[in-house]
Amino acid sequence: MALRELWFVLVGVLTTGYFILEGFDYGVGMLHPWLNHTDTERRASLSSIAPIWAANEVWLVAAGGALFAAFPNWYATMFSGFYLALILVLLGLIVRGVGMEFRSQDRRRGWRGLWDWLIFSGSLVVTIIWGMAFSNLLRGVPINRHMIYVGTFGTLFNGFSLWGALTFVLLFIVHGGGYLAIKGDAYSRKMGRLVESKMIWPATGAMVVWFIWMDHLPSSQGHVGDLAIILQGVVVLGLLMARLAGYLTKYRWAFAFNSLSIAATIIAIFRILFPRVMVSSLNAAWNLTINNTASTAYTLGIMSVTAIVILPIIIGYQSWLYWTFRRPVNDQEMKY
Amino acid sequence: MTQLGWAELQFGVTTVFHYFFVPVTIGLSFLIAIMETVYVRTKDTVYRDMAKFWGHLFLINFAVGVVTGLLQEFQFGLDWANYSKYVGDIFGAPLAIEALAAFFLESTFIGAWTFGWDRLSARAHAVTIWLVALGTTLSAFWILTANAWMQEPVGYALHNGQAVMTSFSAVLANPQLWVEFPHTELAALLSGAFFMMAISSYQLLRKKNVTAFARSFKISTIVAVITSVLVIFVGDSQAAHLVQAQPMKLAAAESLWNTSSVHAPWSVVAVIDAKNHTDPFQIQIPELLTILAYKKLSGRIQGINQVQSQMVHQYGPGNYIPPVAITFYSFRIMIFAGTAMLLLAYYALYLFRKNRFLERRVFLKIMSWSIALPYLANSMGWIMTEVGRQPWVVYGLQLTKDGVSPLASVPSLDIELSLLAFSLFYGAIAYAAVHLWKKVIGRGLDADPERIKDPSDVDSLFLGTGGDAAG
Repeated sequence: MALRELWFVLVGVLTTGYFILEGFDYGVGMLHPWLNHTDTERRASLSSIAPIWAANEVWLVAAGGALFAAFPNWYATMFSGFYLALILVLLGLIVRGVGMEFRSQDRRRGWRGLWDWLIFSGSLVVTIIWGMAFSNLLRGVPINRHMIYVGTFGTLFNGFSLWGALTFVLLFIVHGGGYLAIKGDAYSRKMGRLVESKMIWPATGAMVVWFIWMDHLPSSQGHVGDLAIILQGVVVLGLLMARLAGYLTKYRWAFAFNSLSIAATIIAIFRILFPRVMVSSLNAAWNLTINNTASTAYTLGIMSVTAIVILPIIIGYQSWLYWTFRRPVNDQEMKY
Repeated sequence: MTQLGWAELQFGVTTVFHYFFVPVTIGLSFLIAIMETVYVRTKDTVYRDMAKFWGHLFLINFAVGVVTGLLQEFQFGLDWANYSKYVGDIFGAPLAIEALAAFFLESTFIGAWTFGWDRLSARAHAVTIWLVALGTTLSAFWILTANAWMQEPVGYALHNGQAVMTSFSAVLANPQLWVEFPHTELAALLSGAFFMMAISSYQLLRKKNVTAFARSFKISTIVAVITSVLVIFVGDSQAAHLVQAQPMKLAAAESLWNTSSVHAPWSVVAVIDAKNHTDPFQIQIPELLTILAYKKLSGRIQGINQVQSQMVHQYGPGNYIPPVAITFYSFRIMIFAGTAMLLLAYYALYLFRKNRFLERRVFLKIMSWSIALPYLANSMGWIMTEVGRQPWVVYGLQLTKDGVSPLASVPSLDIELSLLAFSLFYGAIAYAAVHLWKKVIGRGLDADPERIKDPSDVDSLFLGTGGDAAG
C-alpha cells in the first residue's frame, strides 16, 4: 500500500530535517565551552543559534508525532524499549534548551558556568544516544513475537552502536563548526573554520568505517542495494567537497555540503532499513516493518493531506526566519 | 508501589509541572500582542516597553513549557506503550497535527519576535507575536482534541484489538471537545491576566514604573473580567455534560454515593469515608446540584453505587470507582479559586474609577499574592478531570492498568529512576525560573542590560540583586 511507503518517507524527511538543523545546534553546543573562553565569546557563539534553535527542535517533535500517528507500534516499541536512553535524550534536551534561554540572564560566574557545561553535556548526550539508537535500529535489538523489547539498557551498548555514536559526534561537530564559520561573530567564524578543517578528516574516517561495518552487519544482508551504496558515497563525497569548499573559503558551500552529508546519512539508514523499521535480533520474522506497525489507510490518508498542505507552509516561514537572521552575529546585538 | 503506580505518578507529576507553564504562555502571548498592537497604532513607546517587559517573563515561561512539553509527547510511548499501540491510529493524529500546524508556528515566530525588534518593521514585528498567540491556541485545540477523545471516545471502531479512526470529522465534532477547549482556553487567558495583574500590583505597591504597570493592570483586569465569567459559564456546561457522558466522574466529583432525590443539594465541603461509601459530614446548599446539572428545578443525579453496578453489568466485574476524595476536593478547590478570581477581577474593575486601585495598598497586596490562584485552579482542574476518569485511560474502552508499557521493556526501577531524575531536574529548573522572574520583576522597565555594551556596567546593575545562593 502506497500510503505506508509515503509515511515511511515522511518520517524520514522530518528526521532528516531535524538532524540537518539540530545537527549544527548540537555541534555548536558541544564546542561551546571548549572554543569559547571569555564570556563575550560564549555569548556570541550562542547568539548565532539563538533565534532558530527552538524552530529547529520542532522538527523532532514533528517526527515524534508523525511516528506516533503513522506507525503507532513502531513508536510504542521503540520508546518503551529504549526507555532509559530516551529519558537521557529528554534530560539532555531539557537542560540544553533551558540553558540556552537562561544562561545569560544572570551575570554571576557560577550561574553562567553551570549552564555552559549543561549546554555542552546536553548536546553531547543527545548526539551520542541518537547515534546509538540508529545503529541499534539497523543492527537489531531483542524484540519478541509480540513486538515487545525484551533487552535492557545495556543491550544498546555494543561496538557498532558506540562507533555510530562517535560518528554522530564527529559529524555534528563538523556541522556546528561549519555553521559558526558563516554565522558566528569574527572570533567564532575563525574558530568554526578551524574546527571544520581539522575535524572533517576524523569525521570522514569514522563515517567510512561505520558504513563498511553497517553494510556487513548480519541484519543488513540482502538490504544494502545500489541506492544505499550511492547514498553512502554521497555522504563521503559531501564531506570531501565541504573540505574543498572550506579550502577555497566558500564557507556557505561547505555548510551546504555538510548538510547534504547529514541528509544522505539519514536517508541511507532509512533505505537500508526499508521496509523494516526495527530489526529483531531474535528472529527475522519478528521484525517491525511498515506493514505490521502502520495505522489504517484512513488515518494515513487524513495525515497525508495535512502534511502535504502544511509542510510547504512550514518550510516557507522557516526559510523566512533564516532569511531574516541571515547576517552573522555582531557584538552590538548579542542577546544570549 | 507497582510499576503501574510509578508510571501514573510520573505522568501526574510531569504533566502538572508542564501545565504550570502552558496557560500563562497562552494568556500572556495574547496580552503582549494587544500591547504591541496599541504601540503600533499610537506610537506610544511605553506600550512597547511594556510588551518587552512582559515578553521577558513570557520567554522564561515559554522555554520551560517547551522543554517539558517534549516529555509529554514522548511519554505515551515510554510509559504507556500498550496504550499507544491500542489508540495510536486515532490518538496520534491530533498530536502530529499539533506539531505540524501549531508548534512549528509558535517556535518559529517566537524566535522572530524575540530577536526581531531591530530587524522587522514595527507592524511585521507585531504580526509575529499574534502568530505566536495563534499557535498557542491551535496547539491547545489539537492537544484537547486528543484528550477529549480519551474522555469521550467517538469516531472509532475496534479492529484487531486496536481502536482505529473511522471518522475524523466525528473526532473534531466531539461534544466533549467543544466544552473542554473553550473552558481550557478561557482559563488560560484568565491565567495570563492574573499573572499580569498580580505582578503589576506588586510593582504598583512599590511605585515602580507606575504608568506602565497601571496600564498593564488595566488591560489585564479587563481581560480577567471578561474571561472569569465566561470560564465559569463554560465550565458549568462542561460539568453538566458529564451527566450523560461520564456519570461516574460527576458522582465522584460530588461525592454522591447514592442516586439523589429530584432536588439534589450541592456539597460545599464533605468528610468522605470512601471505604464505607458514605459522607459522615457535609455542608450543603439545597437544590443547587440539580439546578447546575439540569438548569431546572427537578432532576436526579446518579450515585456512585448505582453507576458502579451499571458498569459491572456493562463491562464485567471490577471496581469502576475513581478516588472520590481527590476528585471531590480538586473540583472544589478549582471552583473556589475560580470564584475568587472572578470577585477580585470585578473589584479591581470597580476601583478603575479615578484610578483608585493605585492607593489601595491592602488590595494590591492581596492581588500580588493572588498569582497562586490560576496555578491552583489549572492544576486542580486537570487532576479532577484525569483522576475522575479512572480506572479508565480511555473512558469505557481501555483501563489504565492495561495501557502501561510491558514490564519486560520497562521495569519499575526504570520509571523510578527517571521519575527521580525528572523531579530533580524540574525542581532545579523551577527554582532557576523563579530566580530569573524575580530578577526581571525587580528590574521593572528600567535599563535593559542587553542594551548595555560595557560588561562592567552590567555588573554594577546586577550586583545588588542577591548573593550567590543560586550559583
